[in-house]
Amino acid sequence: MKLDCKHVWEHISEYIDDTVDAKLREDIERHLEHCEICSAILDSTRNILVLTADDRTFELPVGYSERLHERLAKEMEDSEKDSTKE
Amino acid sequence: MRTTEAHEAGLIARVLAGEKELFHELIRPYERMVYLTLFSIVKNETEAEDGAQQTVISAYRHLASFRGDAKFSTWLTTIAINEGRKRLKKAKGAAEQSLEEQAESHEGDFTPAPLTDWREIPLEALERKELREALRVAVAELPGIYRQVFALRDLEELSVEETAQALRINPGAVKVRLHRARIMLQKRLVPFLKTTAPARRGFFRRAP
Ligand SMILES: [Zn+2]
Repeated sequence: MKLDCKHVWEHISEYIDDTVDAKLREDIERHLEHCEICSAILDSTRNILVLTADDRTFELPVGYSERLHERLAKEMEDSEKDSTKE
Repeated sequence: MRTTEAHEAGLIARVLAGEKELFHELIRPYERMVYLTLFSIVKNETEAEDGAQQTVISAYRHLASFRGDAKFSTWLTTIAINEGRKRLKKAKGAAEQSLEEQAESHEGDFTPAPLTDWREIPLEALERKELREALRVAVAELPGIYRQVFALRDLEELSVEETAQALRINPGAVKVRLHRARIMLQKRLVPFLKTTAPARRGFFRRAP
């Protein structure tokens, strides 16, 4: 079957996740070989995902981890006091 | 993967048996995930950090109720989502919350933006700060239902099943929302990718 661009776009997310069936994958790949537009869309979408997964894009606040464990330590201490009271 | 789970199960048993200090070690691999989950819901750093602390404390208090039928990370994410939704409700009031929670509509344009004069995007372009900033803004501006799925799948790298479980939606909805989120982001970021694409091919292609 010959796919048109729109059909490729509908499956682009599943294609990236490799959850399309073998036949569709083959059709998409054949389309990509000759279609610059869809290749560009696919690569740009992939690049966005690479960038998303990069730890430097979404950073944690400075000192987040230290404050988290401090608070947790305090909670443990408090719960200990509570249980010894009984 | 299996060894991680076995290791965690061991830690959990020991924490519950009284070695509570080990809880610090148990949650360390998930600190980032908890924060990002909160942030994807409340979209405010202070609220997200406070919510993340609350999530971890809540997980500590309720550790005995963890049954091990889900992964520990999924269980923790569920607590984080509940904490985030609680905070969002408090901040926004009920009216806006119901808007935020609505199912995906069939309206809207979910077609990607074509890049006609586009060449392969060089790695250097992805290193630019502006692009990262643009991506952060674009993700923050996604409608809530799409942003949350995108955050769990593509930022925290949970599976479709785990994402569905954590958000209490079906896997089909995860796929639809993820697809739309990715397309919306592609569309938003095309202008940034375009302007930095000198003619150069085959430089940065992710392995299939
Ligand atoms: Zn095409």
